[in-house]
Amino acid sequence: MTLNTLTAHELFDLIKAKQTNTKSIQAALLDQIQKTDHKVKAYVRVFENGETASAPETGIPIAIKDNICIKNTETTCASRILKGFKPPYDATVIKKLRNAGTSFIGHVNMDEFAFGSSTENSYYGPTRNPWNLDCVPGGSSGGSAAAVASHEAIWALGSDTGGSIRQPAAFCGVVGLKPTYGRVSRYGLIAFASSLDQIGPITKDVTDCALLLNIIAGHDEYDSTSAEMAVPDYTRALLKDVKNFKIGIPKEYFIEGLDPEIKSAITAAIENLKKQGATFKEMSLPHTEYAVATYYIVATAEASSNLARFDGVQYGLREQPFPARRTPLIDMYEETRDKGFGAEVKRRIMLGTYALSAGYYDAYYLRGQKVRTLIKNDFDKIFEECQAILTPTAPTTAFKIGEKSSDPLSMYLSDIYTISANLAGIPAISIPCGFAKNGLPIGLQIMTKPFDEETLLRIAYTYEQNTDWHKRKVSL
Amino acid sequence: MISKDDVRYVAHLSRIHLQDQEVERLSKDLENILHYVEKLQKVDINNIKQTTHVLPLKNVFREDVVRTSLKQGEVKGLTQNWQSDSFKVPQVIE
Repeated sequence: MTLNTLTAHELFDLIKAKQTNTKSIQAALLDQIQKTDHKVKAYVRVFENGETASAPETGIPIAIKDNICIKNTETTCASRILKGFKPPYDATVIKKLRNAGTSFIGHVNMDEFAFGSSTENSYYGPTRNPWNLDCVPGGSSGGSAAAVASHEAIWALGSDTGGSIRQPAAFCGVVGLKPTYGRVSRYGLIAFASSLDQIGPITKDVTDCALLLNIIAGHDEYDSTSAEMAVPDYTRALLKDVKNFKIGIPKEYFIEGLDPEIKSAITAAIENLKKQGATFKEMSLPHTEYAVATYYIVATAEASSNLARFDGVQYGLREQPFPARRTPLIDMYEETRDKGFGAEVKRRIMLGTYALSAGYYDAYYLRGQKVRTLIKNDFDKIFEECQAILTPTAPTTAFKIGEKSSDPLSMYLSDIYTISANLAGIPAISIPCGFAKNGLPIGLQIMTKPFDEETLLRIAYTYEQNTDWHKRKVSL
Repeated sequence: MISKDDVRYVAHLSRIHLQDQEVERLSKDLENILHYVEKLQKVDINNIKQTTHVLPLKNVFREDVVRTSLKQGEVKGLTQNWQSDSFKVPQVIE
């Protein structure tokens, strides 16, 4: 038995029975990272000395996406512009993990500023999919998902703005949850799109997902958008029972572009849940075809504003000397941002700035915000009748490294099934539901109404306990 | 149509200096993306309110109590351009 291949709840049991301890788990993880991370490249920073560990250590070490601030530890969003940036405070989720006795195994790779669906847009280079090293792990939390799948981490935190937890979880055959907007504090998460971002768990199974959500959820006075609602014990939702649950199947998610193998895996999952007593009904989310377009206006507009702070003055990189073009200060801003940001970051800042600029604001940003309302209304309508919605997480399995990097639009369309949950603010989970003939994992997405993570976890748990997909392990 | 001058203008608004080949590529990329986004013009948005935020939150206040904030020295890890307890910047006033 190697400790690093176990789940967090199995390890908690072993710790309780005094059969292992945090130090041994940490050692097993560092050993695995040593053995396999030169292939997977999930980590951008490994905390070998455990210098950021808390005492007393009773928790299970965790991998943290490189956009979540750990005090006095370099945190870079996988961007050159934040090179050397050491935040003077912990993100609230980090503080909560410390209080739970958790230590941090390292920062994991991501698309720069979480802009991407493949973890190829990283200053540190791409992460690889543990199931096939020629493929992407998905993104933007690709490092988190790849680390968990390759047993270089027991569990991890990611962030999800348009699918950045769920799509890599699907591509890597692990569990990924985007909580309801406002369920988890965003304080200390370096912002991408503030009305869409949520931090969430990436784990080996649904039980670990509930355990991690228990630790990180809750109101935070440092995030005025976090909800003042009590946090239930999510492990109590882990019941193997979906009798009398009515689940909606949105027909717009089963159209051209969906890989037939994924379609049949989802159909099999539906049959499985039917046997457990759930009923299904075909429903409609009529504005689905506008979701990607809406997202790329709203998200880039918010991003262009959020990333304005990276100007060479207060954070990380400053590029010099500057060729004299305008004034010394403006030249410094422009030069720093030219050299500090990668191509996709520039593209999105430009798109967002364009959508917010005089003369275009009404046609793009304002219109996008109104279409967002229509997308949200579609979900509200389904939840009047159904407790949950079931869909594929992604239209394809993991694609090849380089396959979509020259065509931004085709990359954006790989998020077609995940984006709407962020626009509507609802919780959504991806769990493993099969493998394609090419050996790559397939993900099943479940969505529920806001703050009903319990129903979401219950359906996910019931399905998981009736299948073995989550038990398949990568050999590297 | 996104001209190269449009791209240069938006780049200036974004405070990003672009190399000539980047201007060329970005004008094509933005053109493609905006063409795709054009589909939003077909949606009937009459009498629809905008969603800036999904939760029904208003006026989030905390108690008006004085608290200590970060001390000057604590923020020096943000950047290497920290000198004499200040952020050092290029000349601003001529």
